Amino acid sequence: MNRGGFGGGPRANNPNRNAPGQKLDKRTARSVFLRLSGYVLRQWPLFLLAVAFTLTSNQLSLMGPEFSGNALDAIAAEGGVDFPTVWENVRWMILCYVASAVLSYALAVIMILLTRRIVYGMRRQLFEKLTTLPVSYFDTHAVGDIISRISYDIDTVNSSLSHDLVQVMSSVYAVVGSFLFMLRISPPMILVFAVTLPISIVFTRYRSKKVRPLFHKRSHKLGELNGYAEEMLSGCRTIQAYGKEEVICGRFNARNKDAMDAYYNAEYYGATLGPSINFINNLSISLIMIFGGILYMFSQSGAVAATSMFFITLGGVSKFVQYSRKFSGPINEFANIMHEFQSAFSAAERVFRILDEEPELKDAPDAKAPESVRGDVTFTDVHFGYSPEKEILHGVSVTADAGKTVAVVGPTGAGKTTIINLLMRFYDPNSGSIRIDGQEIRSLPRRDLRAAFTMVLQDTWLFHGTIRENIVYGREDATDEEIRAAAKAAKIDSYIMHLPEGYDTLLSDDGVNISKGQRQLITIARAFLSKAPMLILDEATSNVDSRTEIKIQEAMADLMRGRTCFVIAHRLSTIQNADCILVLQDGRITEQGNHEQLLSLGGFYSTLYHSQFQ
Amino acid sequence: MKTILTYIKPYRLRMVLGFCIKVLATLSELVLPIILSHILKEVVVTQDIYQILFWGAMMILFSAAACVLNIIANRMATLVARNFSEHIRKDLFSATLHLSAAQTDRFTIPSLESRITTDTYNVHHFVAMIQRLGVRAPILLVGGIAITLFMDAYLSLAMLAVLPFIFVTVFFISRKGVPLYARVQKAVDGMIRVVREDVMGIRVIKALSKEEYEHKRYDDVNAALAHNEQKAGVIMSAVNPIMTLLMNGGIIAVISLSASRVANHQSDPETVIAFMQYFTQISMAMMTLSRMFVMYTKSAASAKRIGEVLDSPTELPVLAEAEHPPVNTEAHVCFDSVSFSYLGKLNDLEDISFSLPHGGSLGIIGATGSGKTTLIKLLLRFYDVGSGCVRISGRDVRTIPKEELYGDLGIAMQHDFLYADTVEENIRFGRDLSHEQIVRAARIAQADDFISAFPEGYGHMLSQKGTNVSGGQKQRILIARALAADPSILILDDSSSALDYKTDANLRTALQKEMADTTLITVAQRVSSVKGCDLILVLDEGRIIGMGDHEHLLETCTEYREISNSQMGGAFVE
Repeated sequence: MNRGGFGGGPRANNPNRNAPGQKLDKRTARSVFLRLSGYVLRQWPLFLLAVAFTLTSNQLSLMGPEFSGNALDAIAAEGGVDFPTVWENVRWMILCYVASAVLSYALAVIMILLTRRIVYGMRRQLFEKLTTLPVSYFDTHAVGDIISRISYDIDTVNSSLSHDLVQVMSSVYAVVGSFLFMLRISPPMILVFAVTLPISIVFTRYRSKKVRPLFHKRSHKLGELNGYAEEMLSGCRTIQAYGKEEVICGRFNARNKDAMDAYYNAEYYGATLGPSINFINNLSISLIMIFGGILYMFSQSGAVAATSMFFITLGGVSKFVQYSRKFSGPINEFANIMHEFQSAFSAAERVFRILDEEPELKDAPDAKAPESVRGDVTFTDVHFGYSPEKEILHGVSVTADAGKTVAVVGPTGAGKTTIINLLMRFYDPNSGSIRIDGQEIRSLPRRDLRAAFTMVLQDTWLFHGTIRENIVYGREDATDEEIRAAAKAAKIDSYIMHLPEGYDTLLSDDGVNISKGQRQLITIARAFLSKAPMLILDEATSNVDSRTEIKIQEAMADLMRGRTCFVIAHRLSTIQNADCILVLQDGRITEQGNHEQLLSLGGFYSTLYHSQFQ
Repeated sequence: MKTILTYIKPYRLRMVLGFCIKVLATLSELVLPIILSHILKEVVVTQDIYQILFWGAMMILFSAAACVLNIIANRMATLVARNFSEHIRKDLFSATLHLSAAQTDRFTIPSLESRITTDTYNVHHFVAMIQRLGVRAPILLVGGIAITLFMDAYLSLAMLAVLPFIFVTVFFISRKGVPLYARVQKAVDGMIRVVREDVMGIRVIKALSKEEYEHKRYDDVNAALAHNEQKAGVIMSAVNPIMTLLMNGGIIAVISLSASRVANHQSDPETVIAFMQYFTQISMAMMTLSRMFVMYTKSAASAKRIGEVLDSPTELPVLAEAEHPPVNTEAHVCFDSVSFSYLGKLNDLEDISFSLPHGGSLGIIGATGSGKTTLIKLLLRFYDVGSGCVRISGRDVRTIPKEELYGDLGIAMQHDFLYADTVEENIRFGRDLSHEQIVRAARIAQADDFISAFPEGYGHMLSQKGTNVSGGQKQRILIARALAADPSILILDDSSSALDYKTDANLRTALQKEMADTTLITVAQRVSSVKGCDLILVLDEGRIIGMGDHEHLLETCTEYREISNSQMGGAFVE
């Protein structure tokens, strides 16, 4: 959340966040499915190849047991081992398995390529969408939430596409295929599954109804516990200073016990899953053995004719056992995969929701870039609120002539920062008008409007890059001399030159330890490079210590000279030299004038001013 | 691993019992293919349906027994894992909170966090899995091999030849994969960083119309991530096809060899069928063992990291008064030529001496990095002095037991911490304080008005780090916490910087009136916050460059005068 410099914005809330794995309603799920399919189908050549490979490699691995069964039959043949048939089948087996392995590896690679393209594109699309969204979006959505969509949610979609998609295709194929093979070997023996399949189904339902919620609770509790540990560790100095280690440990232990109970509870029922699936599989095999044994016995004794559907060979029994494994495996896995798909869908839905957000209003069709901006600014009866119910500014009118400095003073929440938000068109007023050089700002292209301003905010924003890159950010065509001049003016040049890498020092989280004050000086240097005719200072020196501030005061005066300035400051020295001071209280301008005028008025400003001498 | 063993020890009997049950379960599973082969070989030829039914029923019986025994053993294992990790996590958290400041600095907070969260989870997971798979897989493997050797040694040797390859494949590919995934993780971090930066700086980006530039910047990290993911994926997805191929290779070998053996009457087809059953089991066990090996390396690293914290020696012990005898003095707080260095090289504080009487007030002022907070940390004994001595009421702080030292102090630190709980609890902070005391503290701290304005009053829930109150409100809650227990020394470390003038002045007046007997130490950047103090220290680069009251310093200390003039009021409004 960008709270630091813009205290006036609305509070973060995100009621729309779905818990991972939450079910979508049918219609949403359908539209998400169609949209997601769109992404896949756009890569249709790879997708078709993937489908073909999946089917072929599954067919090959299905044929494996067929050949091994044949080979066994040839070994068990009546008049001794039938070597030519054995070798022939062994050759087929080798061919089959090698081809199947190659194909399944090729398939994996294709799926990686496929999903890589989709995910890369999706991330890019999402990011580029983000940069078109209005600032209000970022004021109302937590940064963690946005990050989790672009990383975690897209990852979920990714793994589901790359893994589950293939899994579903091959499962369906394996189930149908092995069913057909078994049917060919011995139709009557299929009846075994009339016993085990219902057990599987009942068991699967039990799993999703009873066990899965327990596992949800388990991860939820563990997350809570970890959150608590992190929170408390961030305050470990304070905890020690108050000697409250034992109290906090006690609270941690209560949560720890909770989390472990949730774990135990989930695993208590979860512990039945593996053994039960094994049991169902073993039960099928036992039944196949009983039934198959009897049929084999009759086939041997000649009670069943070789042409009858009840006839079975030894190899037949062996094949049947192998196919039955291929048959019941995927069926047991099916519920799991469906669940994965569900969480992938809700993840995709969260991503799509950002893609469907309204972007910033387009510039007016007749918007025209101004030739040059002098910097006369007027607000006329501006009303504004971040939400329709709550108006923040109730009719603000201000006039600032080119080159003059306007300071805004007032208690927190009075709407100081809001004025700047409106000036930069991060938000548009509900009514009233804002003009620059007499021109309504809504009739200017945003890019040109914003280019007319340069800003220094309390929130010192630097990105991961070199110091030079961070300073030239505002004007990429600046020369090295200009960069150094700007840094000198901001009194940061000598510090930078003392770094081993100088201007090429990488500003990173773990790299150079650069203080908040120095960061702010770099943003001030960035502002020095700009040639914009208007300047916004929002508590621009709040992080700089007093002695450095004394040093850069002159430079700041240079920066302000000849520009129309809007200043939100809490240091009196900046405020009292302003041409015009606005006192903003509860969304209204209650006092207006220069320092002397306001003091003689005897209102809010003079009370504040005198309180410092108490 | 030593750490794990220590914590497992209390549960060893239960674990042994669990192991025994697991062994029985596994043996029941191993019996299945024997019966299967028996049916095919012996029973079918008897032409006796009841025999088939009997042996079939035996198979079902053993399957059921395996199932029930496995469930029991798994549940017992779960209980052990549950108790084990509750215990280790509890001790780890407690050990972490008791680390000295210097130790915390060495470990770093993020690292300590991940030890409590990720590392305990890894170890827990390992303890849970080893009990489930650690018995089953070796028995299936060894038992399977033994039985096949017994059935037909020749065939089983052919089959066994495949196993080392499976192990080597898994081992090498995972070894190669681990660093690749580390690189993917790094790329993810890089991508997230750009998103985070841009969300935080969206106003700057829009103000400068740098959207295109940011697209490019994002595209670089996004492409790097996609590239790394692809590389890791392409290598790791080789594991499954290779393993399947090797297993199938084993089956092919068995069939080919058995052909001639059956022809020579050294073996029979029924054995071969049973053989293939065992082979599936053995290769599954092999895969599990390889997976466990990977898990072991991971959890051994985690166990080591946990052990490091648990085995950290207690630093900053209470020293004997005999060696550091107390002195008889009027002073409440006294620094006697104190020097200190964080890293043991350059001094961060040098030759600091001052003394403050009971009920007196001390102001400390200076630029960022001048050593103000370090001085406070020494008073609190977060670190020990390099040389010199810090005394409270004449006693060296190194000789005062922690509870006694902290029982008498109230402190609000810079960037102090609020947590997700009610306002009241944030002020109470686990101490035994009545509601009246809390309200009184809030009133002195100028916090009562805004707290009472919340719909739930003192029951108002703060969010994590107190992000749902303003900076000034946060500081006032922290100050209320500091003075709630009526401490004899109150330390405010840059903790009223976000208050506007009027509120700050009211706070000082209230402190003077309500807590006149308390010795007050104020650290600030603003002259106005300290100018009423009896004694003011001006610090610069770890040294005292001015000492005295406001008037005295205005006359004698240039830096102080400069700061004072420039501020002319410091923070004008909140």
